[in-house]
Amino acid sequence: MVGQDTDRRLLEAIEDGLPLVSRPYGVLGKALGIGENEVRARLARLQADGTISRFGVVVRHHELGYRANCMVVWDIPDERVDEAGRRLAALPFVTLCYRRPRRPPTWPYNLFCMIHGRDRGEVETQVADAAQACGLTDVPRAQLFSTRRFKQRGASYREAG
Amino acid sequence: MMDERDRRIINALHGGFPVCPRPYAKVAATLGLEEDELIARLEALVASGVLSRFGPLVDAERLGGAVTLAAMAVPEAEFETVAEIVNAFPEVAHNYARTHRLNMWFVVASEMPKRIAEVIAEIERVTGLKVHDLPKEEEYFLELRLSA
Repeated sequence: MVGQDTDRRLLEAIEDGLPLVSRPYGVLGKALGIGENEVRARLARLQADGTISRFGVVVRHHELGYRANCMVVWDIPDERVDEAGRRLAALPFVTLCYRRPRRPPTWPYNLFCMIHGRDRGEVETQVADAAQACGLTDVPRAQLFSTRRFKQRGASYREAG
Repeated sequence: MMDERDRRIINALHGGFPVCPRPYAKVAATLGLEEDELIARLEALVASGVLSRFGPLVDAERLGGAVTLAAMAVPEAEFETVAEIVNAFPEVAHNYARTHRLNMWFVVASEMPKRIAEVIAEIERVTGLKVHDLPKEEEYFLELRLSA
């Protein structure tokens, strides 16, 4: 448990970002009272076991010029949904792809993917391309463009809306 | 304004940042930059808001926490009030208004899994509106790879 506690403290220490200095792991080690090599070994392991899913830039799409942010949702028959999810996820403009529960009658959709584009027109073209490419032209879908962003914390949690 | 070097940096650093003693120097070398310049450019990209940060994305569930996506149908006249109530919870992140009858979408995340249900129940109680809880059942991909 001591080891896990150190992992947690290490992840908390870099939650807002890795120090932008020449030897960031040495700086972290000093702050946590452990050696630079231990910090490096722990981070390597946390990446290898998937606790750290990605280690790099966390971009704000809007500021990067991707002004259109669309959650595209599909109502795909259960027996087809996993294959469809894998195929959608492989498309270069799909950044996230999840299966989630339906909530009938309000919410019939079970597959969610995020598509970012320069503008709505680009996203709409990409959605149509995705439906063609993944054999989904026959299933109901909806496009939920974001119109306002109220809160986007730099959370270390990786699930995005 | 971002220039071509900034774009190269962003495109090269989507993941797999090294854990060697001088990681910025190592990455800088592969990009044909000096370590100092890479660090200064990352600082500037964070300061300007292009990057929300530089560092790890952590899988909350693997750390024993929980995450869900929640959606509400909020009457237009109440939208601001409800947004304030929802956003006041520290567990809420990524709240977006979207073009659908379910027009408010946000992530609820906590280190304590039971907090998810508590936060949702509290939002329902205070707003009088239904919150649809749509937890992830399967994930097919997760790698941001937009070109800068």
